[in-house]
Amino acid sequence: MSLFRELLFPFIAVVAAFTIGGILILIIGDNPLHAYGLLFGSAFSWPVGIGYTLFYATPLIFTGLAVLVAFRCGLLNIGAEGQLYIAAFATAWVGITFTNISSWLLIPLCFIAAILGGGIWGAIPGVLKAKFGSHEVINTIMLNFIAVALLSYFTQYHYKTPGDPIMQTVPIGQEAHIARLGRFIPGLPEFIPLNVAFVLALICCGLVYLFLWRTKWGYELRATGTNPSAAEYGGISVPKQIIMAMTISGALAGMVGINEVLGYRYRYYDGFSDNYGFTGIAVALLQRGGIPVDAFTEHVTKDIVQVLQGTIILFVAAEAFFHGPFAKFGLLKRSTV
Amino acid sequence: MLELRNITKRFGQVVANDKINIVVKPGTIHAIVGENGAGKSTAMRIAYGFYKADEGEILVDGHVHNIETPHDAIALGIGMVHQHFMLVDRMTVAENIVLGAEPGSGIALDLAKASVEIRRLSEEFKLAVNPGAVIERLSVGQQQRVELMKALYRHARLLILDEPTAVLTPQEVEEFFSILRRMREQGKTIVIISHKLTEVLAISDEVTVMRDGRVVGRLQTKETNAAELARLMVGREVLLRVEKTPAKLGSAQLSVRNLSVTVRGGAKPVKDVSFEVRKGEILGIAGVEGNGQTELMEALAGLLSPSQLSGQIRIEDRDITQEGARLRRELGIAHIPEDRHRRGLLLEFDLAENSILGVHYRPPIVAYAGTFLDNGAIRRRADEIIEGFDVRPANPDLPARALSGGNQQKLIIGREFKVDPKLLLVSQPTRGVDIGAIEFIHRKLVGLRDSGCAVLLVSAELEEVTSLSDRLLIIHEGRIVGEVDPKVATIAEIGLLMTRGH
Repeated sequence: MSLFRELLFPFIAVVAAFTIGGILILIIGDNPLHAYGLLFGSAFSWPVGIGYTLFYATPLIFTGLAVLVAFRCGLLNIGAEGQLYIAAFATAWVGITFTNISSWLLIPLCFIAAILGGGIWGAIPGVLKAKFGSHEVINTIMLNFIAVALLSYFTQYHYKTPGDPIMQTVPIGQEAHIARLGRFIPGLPEFIPLNVAFVLALICCGLVYLFLWRTKWGYELRATGTNPSAAEYGGISVPKQIIMAMTISGALAGMVGINEVLGYRYRYYDGFSDNYGFTGIAVALLQRGGIPVDAFTEHVTKDIVQVLQGTIILFVAAEAFFHGPFAKFGLLKRSTV
Repeated sequence: MLELRNITKRFGQVVANDKINIVVKPGTIHAIVGENGAGKSTAMRIAYGFYKADEGEILVDGHVHNIETPHDAIALGIGMVHQHFMLVDRMTVAENIVLGAEPGSGIALDLAKASVEIRRLSEEFKLAVNPGAVIERLSVGQQQRVELMKALYRHARLLILDEPTAVLTPQEVEEFFSILRRMREQGKTIVIISHKLTEVLAISDEVTVMRDGRVVGRLQTKETNAAELARLMVGREVLLRVEKTPAKLGSAQLSVRNLSVTVRGGAKPVKDVSFEVRKGEILGIAGVEGNGQTELMEALAGLLSPSQLSGQIRIEDRDITQEGARLRRELGIAHIPEDRHRRGLLLEFDLAENSILGVHYRPPIVAYAGTFLDNGAIRRRADEIIEGFDVRPANPDLPARALSGGNQQKLIIGREFKVDPKLLLVSQPTRGVDIGAIEFIHRKLVGLRDSGCAVLLVSAELEEVTSLSDRLLIIHEGRIVGEVDPKVATIAEIGLLMTRGH
């Protein structure tokens, strides 16, 4: 398929969504052009708008990649939400616990904690599927609940500053903070929480691409995703691939914790995720050139933004059910050419 | 009864039918033969109103008719049974048959009335179709009779059957042919699209041969033979009989001792099987499909869990019973599976990616730190396979899905030959493959055997398995029930062993 066609469907989806959204805004009694002007004006104004847009996009890049890797192996990871919570807590725990070591050691340790935390929480449903065939959708959803409840408990009873009315842990040590990009980019104020995690997210995009399309492991993972029987025939261990895909998926989701804890709040804040894990599914759907509108939400009510987002997903999903990584979940199959 | 006159049909640049003329006489069985893509199905779909011809006219009973839709065709007494059945699995036979032509007034559906009619037709043509049965419980052969019934129920006088025997076992084919003969006796006209020459010769009265969208021959079945039909279909001389020299036998490459396979639920599709395949021979296994061949081959290829196996599988001196597919491949076992879509191919992947399945994790495919794929090496391998096995279209960037069945099969065979196997496991190597490609595949298999490889062949085509094999085992209900010398055994003897055992 040509690049033009690749980009055409997401483009049509976005245009159609904005049209329908515009009609809705009209019905409410506002001027859609004015609303969209505010939306785009605030999202893409330099430096504050763009800074926040990229900051909000960072977790969605991670969760989008997470869902995508699992999809490529034929798995639906609904559990990015739980994985990123566990990872955020793990990284905060390291940042709280090891305070008197140098940043050069502590920050990598915090990174590893996030990656391991998310990876392990993702690996659990992977192992359950590989060993017992239990469905990853059910298990990841259940693990989301477990993660949220477990971490609320730890925050409330073990890691909160006594007397603090907010459900959050004590702060992490200064040594664990990662730099905000404002420090390096002239004109970008440092109060904007856009941080090194964004660069990490971009690097991860490249790494995931290389992994999926240029390595033998990516080949095995994708082969398992399109036809596990044929993968098995080619000497690929399907259970191993399922566990690997879910672990990588969880680790990618877990890196949201780096952005959130080390670069933004400098502590674990209970319930911080704005459905990043679930929006990641939409981002994965939009993988060919779409924009997560969730990222720009200043000045326009969140509800309208969600309407737009939902409509885009509907349109893109309509296309993705015909081809793309979701085809196997769809009802309609493309016939032989 | 039916006449296509100067029909031309184009799909974009491709001329599927080029001024074809076909005359089907009433009360006959008329075969239309040709390779895949010769335009047989297109021509008949035009007659059935599925496609509209660009030029030419259709005559039914001597009059020109404008057949725009299948409804028009049905109204003229033309019925068609497609290669892939169009039945609703969860509904009954009667419900399926009346679908689209529901009896009864307005809202009420009078299934009882339909059932009476179905029973009458079933009686008349000896179809043994029970209107109350649910489709998913029926065998493939029975489902096909339901499809026939659908056409008869709509008062079809002319039945078009597209590759009707492709899905049937040899026994079912016999039964099916006697039904067709009965229909002819009752005055029906039948058009059968096929590329199986023996069947065409057995059942038809007249044959139309097509090649590359043109009609290249009109023959009386009585006055022709398989060699002539094959030559017309392919456009050159075709060797129907496999040419091979006596086997130069080496030592045992594969030894199977008391192998049994237990599947979930406790059934044993393979029971206490022992045999050897020696270097330089083709050992054939003949049997009615579903008698354990699939499980036997999967067990040998390492695709079943070791806990399902008992007995012993050895490659030369090494016991591999507990080993997985990857190690077995490394020991020189190649496998051409019976179900190429399920096992043999990654349909969404391109030809280049398919050409490395099984060797994708080691040099020369993997270069750079034992991790990264070498696209140049993948490309070269794909090109070599495509060229060496005449895979068309010769474009390694196409998804495997885009290829015809025969070309998909050539790609798989090429890939498996490429590893220079010591033992080749091959199931149904020519199923759904054109006659020209069949000859090619047979020659390649014999060539591999002559180079000293041990070949284990399973095929439902008796002719294929007898002409290729040096020795022939017969399998029945999971047991080896006999060994025959394929040079002297008759099809009848083998058939007897296949169906009844001892």
